[in-house]
Amino acid sequence: MRILPWCAPLPQRTDLPVLLPAAAHLARQAARERTAGVPMLRLHATHGAALLLLFAIGCAIAEVQAQAQPANPSILATILKWTPLLLSGFMFNLAISALAMAAGTFAGLFLGFAQISRVAPVKKGAWLTTHFFRNAPWLVLLFYCMFLLPFQITVFGVTIPLPDWIKATFGLALPVMANVSEILRGAVQSIPTTQWESAASLAFTRRQTMWMIILPQCIKRMLPPWMNLYAILTMATVLVSIVGVSDMMTLTRQALSAENRPGLLLAFYSYVLFWFFLYCYPIARWTVRLEARYAVDV
Amino acid sequence: MSLVIPETNPVPTAPIVVIRDVYQSFGPVEVLKGLSLEVAKGGVICIIGPSGSGKSTLLRCINGLVPIDKGSIRVASFDVHALKTDQEKIALRKEVSMVFQQYNLFPHKTALQNVMMAPIHVLKEDKDEVHARAIALLEKVGLSAKKDVYPGELSGGQQQRVAIARSLAMRPEVMLFDEVTGALDPETVKEVLNTIKALAQEGMTCLLVTHEMRFAREIADEVYFTDGGVIVESGPPAVLFDHPVKERTKAFLSQIL
Repeated sequence: MRILPWCAPLPQRTDLPVLLPAAAHLARQAARERTAGVPMLRLHATHGAALLLLFAIGCAIAEVQAQAQPANPSILATILKWTPLLLSGFMFNLAISALAMAAGTFAGLFLGFAQISRVAPVKKGAWLTTHFFRNAPWLVLLFYCMFLLPFQITVFGVTIPLPDWIKATFGLALPVMANVSEILRGAVQSIPTTQWESAASLAFTRRQTMWMIILPQCIKRMLPPWMNLYAILTMATVLVSIVGVSDMMTLTRQALSAENRPGLLLAFYSYVLFWFFLYCYPIARWTVRLEARYAVDV
Repeated sequence: MSLVIPETNPVPTAPIVVIRDVYQSFGPVEVLKGLSLEVAKGGVICIIGPSGSGKSTLLRCINGLVPIDKGSIRVASFDVHALKTDQEKIALRKEVSMVFQQYNLFPHKTALQNVMMAPIHVLKEDKDEVHARAIALLEKVGLSAKKDVYPGELSGGQQQRVAIARSLAMRPEVMLFDEVTGALDPETVKEVLNTIKALAQEGMTCLLVTHEMRFAREIADEVYFTDGGVIVESGPPAVLFDHPVKERTKAFLSQIL
């Protein structure tokens, strides 16, 4: 008898009845990760501890270098001095992430519904749009929006300025839209067809079935990947520093050049990382908990 | 093709379901190959036969879940084979209710809400009236104590009884039962069968696809044995079970009785 090593992946297709539940579970997990589109964040407290360690090492290195020039203030005092400015940048990152998420979710839900439409051109068009924006690099989409959108638009004689950060938000909302669209489609299609069948046999219309029976069951399936997407988006907001928006990343760079002490580099960037960790860690943990809770009653 | 119509028709009233020479295929696979049967109003028929003989497909054709290729199906005043739009099919399904092997309750609704949903949203009936009726129906299937429980916390037999109550809440003319005890353990089968028996005795027109031969013998007016997409033989249970004529029927019954 051949003994499977403990780490061997279970076959997804199998004739052995005892393996069927495991195979079904694996298939579901694979489907979930496919729809999530972006890697699932698995942040642990140890990651935070590692960041703190890195920060401490960075500070220590900077302290040692500072011994040569005793005129410089201590490293922690320097960081504290810059913290209000850095945090104002961080708030900007959060604002961009929230706006991009809201806009992307709103548009993505429409696109997702279009993807499950019964009208072929709508369905095909939505599919194409979804996959284009889902598979395009985020940075490229960001550049597109920065350079293709005008700096102001005039609607009915009213001129609305479009500052860079709005354009950047729009650029980030595009991949969010595509991912939300796919999350919705995946969730709707993960509901067993027997639910549609039994609703049809009770004379529900397609629309009623969708809104009263399918979507309520989808929401809890969509929540974990949606929250994961938000955490990923928050981390991706630093991309806007490349196109010149004054977010935390840009401000850190400016602070570093103002201090003009190369030794501060490691300490400052681990400090930035730690703030992102503080924000994303609870979201990631909550996502994992929701997933575990909802995974039971499939 | 075989068109077997019972010679001694025990039912006095006019048929409410008439199926004539129905053909149906999924792609290259022909499932139904000229199948005919009829059910009188208030009649109870059981369809038995090996797996893959088209029994479940036939039930799905009757309430328009699966379109047929050829032949005719008439249920009450509906020509099912001619229904085109969703609205027409919905009108039919208000009269023909189906209970599934896997219960298919709505998991996000309680037992009571499962029963109340369709009458309120499909039939647009008064909420209080539906509530009273739903309570009465749950009482009837012996589950009034479980009315606020979600399907996930009910046993298979209990879920199936809720599913039956949910179908009955639509006050259908005809009930279709698709192997409703197929997923249940032998002990809980009985509670579901008793529920169906009570219904049949009240005069509900029932079409059952079943593997419970003893039950079929007990409640059916007429038993149809299908194989390969056609009715091989049919007759009152006493005749079909005790004196089958066709070799295929004899072989099938000897396997399971």
